[in-house]
Amino acid sequence: MAVRIQFENSTDIGVFSKLTNAYCLTALASSSNFYSAFEAELADVIPIVHTTIAGTRIVGRLCAGNRHGLLVPASTTDQELQHLRNALPPAVAIQRVEERLSALGNVIACNDYVALVHPDIDRETEEIIADVLKVEVFRQTVASNVLVGSYCALSNQGGLVHPKTSRSELDELSSLLQVPLVAGTVNRGSEVIGAGLVVNDWCAFAGLDTTATEISVIEATFQLQGQNNHAVIADLRDVLIDNYA
Amino acid sequence: MVATDYEPDAAGLQSFILCADCGTPISSANGAGLCVGCLKNTVDITEDIPKEAALNFCRGCERFLSPPQTWVHAQPESRELLAICLKKIARPLMKVRLVDASFVWTEPHSRRVKVKITIQKEVLANTVLQDDFVLTLVVHSGQCPSCTRLAAKNTWRATVQVRQKVTHKRTFLWLEQLILKHNAHKDTVNISEKRDGLDFFYSERNDAIKMVEFLAGVVPVRSKGSEQLISSDTHSNTSNYKFTYSVEIVPVCKDDLVCLPRSLAKAWGNIRPLTLCSRVGNTIHLLDPSTLQQTDVSAPVYWRQPFDSLATVSDLVEFVVLDVEYTNITRGKYVLADVQVMRSSTGSTTKASSDDDDEMGHDGIFYTRTHLGGIIQPGDTVLGYHLTNANFNNEAYEALEQSREALPDVILVKKTYPSRRKKSKPRGWKLRSIAKEAEDAGDGVVGRGALGRRGGVDQKNVERDYELFLRDLEEDKEMRAAINLYKAIPKERAEEIGEGDVVMGTANGKSGSGLKGGKRRQKKVSTQPQEMEVEEDRGVEADEETVGDDDFPEIGMEELLDQFEEMDMDDEGEEVE
Repeated sequence: MAVRIQFENSTDIGVFSKLTNAYCLTALASSSNFYSAFEAELADVIPIVHTTIAGTRIVGRLCAGNRHGLLVPASTTDQELQHLRNALPPAVAIQRVEERLSALGNVIACNDYVALVHPDIDRETEEIIADVLKVEVFRQTVASNVLVGSYCALSNQGGLVHPKTSRSELDELSSLLQVPLVAGTVNRGSEVIGAGLVVNDWCAFAGLDTTATEISVIEATFQLQGQNNHAVIADLRDVLIDNYA
Repeated sequence: MVATDYEPDAAGLQSFILCADCGTPISSANGAGLCVGCLKNTVDITEDIPKEAALNFCRGCERFLSPPQTWVHAQPESRELLAICLKKIARPLMKVRLVDASFVWTEPHSRRVKVKITIQKEVLANTVLQDDFVLTLVVHSGQCPSCTRLAAKNTWRATVQVRQKVTHKRTFLWLEQLILKHNAHKDTVNISEKRDGLDFFYSERNDAIKMVEFLAGVVPVRSKGSEQLISSDTHSNTSNYKFTYSVEIVPVCKDDLVCLPRSLAKAWGNIRPLTLCSRVGNTIHLLDPSTLQQTDVSAPVYWRQPFDSLATVSDLVEFVVLDVEYTNITRGKYVLADVQVMRSSTGSTTKASSDDDDEMGHDGIFYTRTHLGGIIQPGDTVLGYHLTNANFNNEAYEALEQSREALPDVILVKKTYPSRRKKSKPRGWKLRSIAKEAEDAGDGVVGRGALGRRGGVDQKNVERDYELFLRDLEEDKEMRAAINLYKAIPKERAEEIGEGDVVMGTANGKSGSGLKGGKRRQKKVSTQPQEMEVEEDRGVEADEETVGDDDFPEIGMEELLDQFEEMDMDDEGEEVE
């Protein structure tokens, strides 16, 4: 199920929110409309946390995370870190990262198994990503853009990447990620996928300008049609049971 | 042999996304993420360009206004018209790239011109959109300024009245050629002949002032401006005037005999009072033929104390040079010489005998000193003033006579070539004229240029003056150099090509036959019947072979301009009107 929302008249909702399978972060807004939109979809399933990162509202661009953990930049205050620790489920590891490229959301794109990162990221950071998020890390570019987090949106079901990604590059990326990838746009032709779209395994939120065509591409890509969260969670549970059995 | 396993990655470069609006698969190379159709729906690159404009069309001359001021002929669907149409939206077109423009056919009566214009513009980063639209131009018919001027015959605002108070028209004929050469009549609305002169009419005061300045530059004049209030608006503090410039040309002409008042002569380098006017340009050049002393009289100096000419060209008498004694006193082209001259007989015996009728007791031979030493030889024919025979009514001259100063019997003015005149050869050249109407008159009615074209105030005089003017041109190289001469087309050829200017040729022929030889000095002739002329012509032919003027200043072909170009132009002009 894909939902169109906007954050205080901005359609770049990926800037102001972070969605994973285990939690959702939203920026503090003047009204609670943005938060309510998430709440309507996700309440009772995963915690939705109002927060700032390093005193800013651009939480989606500053942090990166998945079901296993959350990485926040070094500029995050202790208070915010404490708040996140209190709000997030205990299974989610939270880690502050000393990284020159501090907008972690822009330089890291990940699902629960694989992460694509900026080619220039620190080796230490790469190790932290692998440890905290429990993912395989690949230094990659998307359509020759180094900001992989900005130009793609990934879930365990699929991924949407920059429209100018060539077919061979799509093939390469999807073989790394082991999920089908589609080149596409959000927000009526915008190529900044990460900023226009947040997605997890059972729902997606896109900017208000996103057209019906784009919604249908998103739903097809992330396999959101005809599924509700229960089905996915059941699916997920099966996987977990498989893994831990 | 191992086949190299190489597969070009061409297919890999091409990928497709769905258009955000309509879902059509499009190449991902499209930066907008929209298909062309949807992009066109979103952004209109023709937005800032007006789709309607007006074309101004003059109904009278069928020309279009090409902004800002020119009026040009343009056929429907021609390049010129397209240029005018595009000019109408030139400013908005600056912001886009014009790719193509073509006419869409419209019914001429619809008064609409449609132009299909294709433009390109960069809409987003690296996205150039091409679009076409139709520009509809409404043809507004009206009148161009020149047609307005033509339609309202009296819309002059300023007039220049040029006057010269003399009995002949030579100055004006000369002036007409000068005006033509310098194109000074360009903005003239109308030219009309008045007694003793011409009126030039202008729609703008500036043009009239320009004309006055032109005249002041070529002839010595005195001018005075005046204005008449037509209307005034007290609210806007504006008023409407008609301006009149009165320009009076000094009444002394070239080859005139001038007797200066003694005080003036003293003041001007103590020149002898009896002088010839040798040249009239910006100033009057006075020459004393007996000493070659010269003085220049500028217009302001002249008008401070005006003097009149004692005798004019019409008073010239023909003499034959019997003997010349050259002196070595020269000044420029003038050489001082003592000559013996005798009144030339004009063929009729009665006339010759009448020369002795003055009963002055002399043998008819006069001795005089002249400035023409450089060009005359015994046997030549010259023109001069016969002072002993003359009876002048001039104070300065009377004072001179009473001063007991020896006055010459004869003052020679210029050399003449009577035998040249006798050949009935048509002239190989001709002059242009300001007024076309004069030439257009098909039958024998001819006015000369701007003069005498209304049947002439005194057409006969004008005709005579014109012939004399042409002769002057033939005999004076300097004079010719200042104006434009044109090649004349031989009469039969002119008829072949149906030239509209035939009147000119016949006029020459006519005036040539009417004014053979030195006949112009015989006042009787103008009143005499036709037979007389014929008889005289026969007499003239007899002595034609005997006399030859070897030093006749021939007009070389290099002096003549081709008239053809100009005629072509004129023809086009006629088509238009």
